[in-house]
Formats: sequence, structure tokens, C-alpha cells
Amino acid sequence: MITFEDVVKVYPGGSTAVDHLSLELPTGKITTLVGPSGCGKTTSLRMINRMVTPTSGRILIDGEDVAGKDEALLRRGIGYVIQHAGLFPHRTVLDNVATVPVLLGETRRTARTKALVLLERVGLSAEFAKRYPAQLSGGQQQRVGVARALAADPPIMLMDEPFSAVDPVVRAQLHQEFLRLQQDLGKTIAMVTHDIDEAIKLGDHVAVLRAGGHLAQFGTPRELLAEPADDFVASFVGRDRGLRSLSFDTASELPVKPVDGLSLDDAGRPLGWPGPSGLQPTGGAFTKEDSLRTVTDLVISSPVGIAVRVGPDGAADGLVSHHDLADYLASRRS
Amino acid sequence: MNLSYLTDPAHWDLSAPGGIPQLILSHLGYTALALLLGVIIALPVGLYIGHTGKGSFIAINAGNAGRSLPTLGLLMLMVTLLGLGLLPVLIALTVLVIPPILTSAYAGMRTLDHRVVDAARGMGMRSWQVLTRVELPMALPVLMSGFRNAALQVVATATVAAAVGLGGLGRLLIDGLAVNDYSRVLAGAVVVAGLAVLVDLFLALIQRWIVSPGLKGS
Repeated sequence: MITFEDVVKVYPGGSTAVDHLSLELPTGKITTLVGPSGCGKTTSLRMINRMVTPTSGRILIDGEDVAGKDEALLRRGIGYVIQHAGLFPHRTVLDNVATVPVLLGETRRTARTKALVLLERVGLSAEFAKRYPAQLSGGQQQRVGVARALAADPPIMLMDEPFSAVDPVVRAQLHQEFLRLQQDLGKTIAMVTHDIDEAIKLGDHVAVLRAGGHLAQFGTPRELLAEPADDFVASFVGRDRGLRSLSFDTASELPVKPVDGLSLDDAGRPLGWPGPSGLQPTGGAFTKEDSLRTVTDLVISSPVGIAVRVGPDGAADGLVSHHDLADYLASRRS
Repeated sequence: MNLSYLTDPAHWDLSAPGGIPQLILSHLGYTALALLLGVIIALPVGLYIGHTGKGSFIAINAGNAGRSLPTLGLLMLMVTLLGLGLLPVLIALTVLVIPPILTSAYAGMRTLDHRVVDAARGMGMRSWQVLTRVELPMALPVLMSGFRNAALQVVATATVAAAVGLGGLGRLLIDGLAVNDYSRVLAGAVVVAGLAVLVDLFLALIQRWIVSPGLKGS
């Protein structure tokens, strides 16, 4: 657990970057720090590994004040990923990844062997090992950056806008892989982003900061969308938050009507809706595990305004019309 | 154009005291000593200024001031103060090589990608590790170009040693002029120019060998 105790950071010019921040980042979870530029999110992150020294207040890792530890040793125990990856251009990918283990006293040989395994873990084949950072795409560099931060298996990872320098398609892919990786590793992660969608998608908890370094709200993504603390958070979370909050609930309790009027194949799988000019595609189907947002989207995009639910075998087992969906959403609210 | 002095095999006798090979050797000796002293003095200062950003006016002005000092004039001044010998020559030549080494060390450090340095610190490198494992290797292409620049200048200018009675390829120029032997003067000029090219080629090879392939083309 990372604890901020009444932390203040005032820069020499007199500008306050962080204003009496108290916060707890739970162990094994991803906490995203999000806010507009100048809200002190990066400063807060960098105070955890002492790249920035607080003006007052304390930061504790598992109850121990970071100020009492040797700077370099503290940092070697904390993974650090920055925007544009910040890879060493003069070292090969493999040696970049091996950096911290070598600092910790491992031989170059063992560090490299481990680094190779890590590269595969972040989705890079062994052929990348001997390349130099300049020979990689932005997305590949970012993967190496993550592998490098993971190399010494630190319990804590600090990530400063790790995915902001890559295009949206690659970013979505990196998000998926990052979440999958985190599921295996269970690191305590603090991640800074200016993108609220990213914060909500990746964070188990989200800390929304506002200009001047005030904490506006700390909560789960669902809490943030359902009950924004004030107008600032509501406007920062943005439009569509009602729709987006549907992503956090599955369709497991959504009542369905019996399958009727839908063309099926021999195994009961949906083929399409009969129309005047032949079968119209259903546009997809949902399962009980899918989110209500997916169901809503299917209802809206369906040619007949009805979404099809399928079982694990792919056979259609129920229908939801927009009336059914609206009734269910209304009943949830009361 | 009379190349007879240059092409006369007798002047290329390896053991002859005034022969071209011996002169080349002493010439290279002055060059190497001046470069060594220059590196010892200017490299740490330039790296420090570049690393901390403190006193950058020194780096910039040293470059300009140093370039405008006439080496021959400085040499004569040193001889007046210190008498004849190797020391005044070394001082004059070292003053010549300090500016390019100092400014390139400064520039090499200033132009480093600060995000990479930040990452290095954030991963737990201590200051000297950041310097030796990240900053220096990354600044090496710029450092080397400054060093090559210095080497070229000092190879060309080390001829002044002969003006105060020492050896080096300047002997061919001074002695040739003294006895109106223009073939000898020409030989001196050609060998100095050739030596400068060879030294630069040699340093280019070293640069290729010590600069990481990851930094090429960037």
C-alpha cells in the first residue's frame, strides 16, 4: 500500500503543484491519477520514488516513510515507466531490459536470460532482443519500457502516461495486454494519465485531481461515473457517463423473452432476421457475461431493435427489445 | 613543384635523426601529449558544465576566446616566461585543443534526451552511474567530433614546435625556409597534410568502434 499523508509540493517559483494530498493506493491494484495539465498528477507520482521531494507531508510504502530510504535502492525496488518509454538508445533492447537486475548485482548473463523471458511476456519475440530502440515502433518501445520496469520483479510500478505516445489502435491493444499482465502479476500500480477514458478503463481506483493539486474525488470507476463528487468531476468524466457506467454491469440478471421470429441454423445459432429482401444480419449477439453497454449497443444497432442472447454453445436462448432494456434499466434505478 | 626532397629515399630512413619518419614521430608525440592534457583539463570541466548547466557562459566564451588566441604568439610569450623547452610548446598546443574539447563536452551533455536521463535516475542509477552508463555513451558522438576537431588543429599547428628549436615536421618548414630549399618546405607541408588526414581517419575508425550502433543516424 502506498499512502500519501497530507503531502504538499510547492515549487521554488511559488506555484503549488500538490495541495494537501492524502490518498491510499491499495496493494495489488491499479490506481490511476487523472486530471488536466497542472493538476500535480505527475509530481505526485514522482514523489513516490523520490524523483521529487515533497515540501511537507509524508509518503509511506507499506507503512515506511520513503524519505528514510536510500534513494537509489528505493528506486531499484520500484518499476518506472515513462512516456515515450525513455529507453537507452545506445543499448540493445535486451540490455535495456536487463538494466535494473544488473544494478542489483546480477551478472549480465543471468540478467539477459531473464530479460529474454520478459520480452516474450510483453509480446516481443526474441528477434527484437538484439535491436536498438531506434529500430522499434512506438508501441514496441513502450512494451520494452514495461518489460524493463518489470525486470527486477518489483512489487510497485509507477507509470507516467505510458500509453499516450502511441496511436489509438496500438493503445487499445496495449491496454488489453497490460490488464492481462496485471491479472497474472498483481502489482501495486500507480498510473498517471490525462485521458479519463484510459483512467476508467484501466484503474481499479481512480483519483481525479484538479488544477492546483487538489484531490477532487477518489473512487472506483463505477462510483466516479454514477456519483461524481462535484461539477468538476462530472464535466471531467464527460458526456455519455450514463452509458459508460453500463460497462460495469453484466447482463446476467437482464430478463429475456423466448426466441421467436429469428432464423436459426440446425444448432440453434442465429442466422438473421427475415425481412422483405431476405435475411438481415443480427449484428452480433451477447452472452450473460457481456456488459449492459454491449447489450444497449446491440439493441440500438439491430435492424429490428432486438438484441439476441446466446448461450455458451452459441445457440440463441433469449431476446431483448429496447422496451425490455429500458424497463430493466428503470427498475435498477429504483 | 619540386617533390625531390619528399621522394628521396634517404629522407625516409627510419633511423636518421632528422629524417621524415623521426620528425613524424616527434610531431605525433607533441600532438598526443597536447590532446591528453587537453582532455584531462577540458573534458571534466565541459561535462560538469553541461551536466549541471552551471557556468555555461564559460563553455561558450572559452570556445571563442581560445580560437582567437594565436598559437605562435602564445608560444613566444611562454618561451619568454619559461625559457626554451617542451613545456612552453605543450602549453601553447594545449590551449589550442581545450576549446573544441570543452565546447563539445558541454554540447554533448546539453543535447542529451533528458527523458532518458530521467528514466536512468528513476530506475535507481546513482549519479556517477548515470554519467558513465548513460550520459557519456550517449554524448560520445558529439564528444568524438570535438576531439577529432582538436586533433586536426593540433596536428596542423604542432609545426610551431620547430620555431623554438624542437623537432616535429615544422623542422622541414623552418629549415627549408632558412636555406631557401623550397622542395623541403613543400615536403613538410605535404607530410603534415597527409598526417592530418591519416590521424582523422584513424580517429574515425575508433569512433566507429566505440560509439554504439544504436546512436548511428540519430
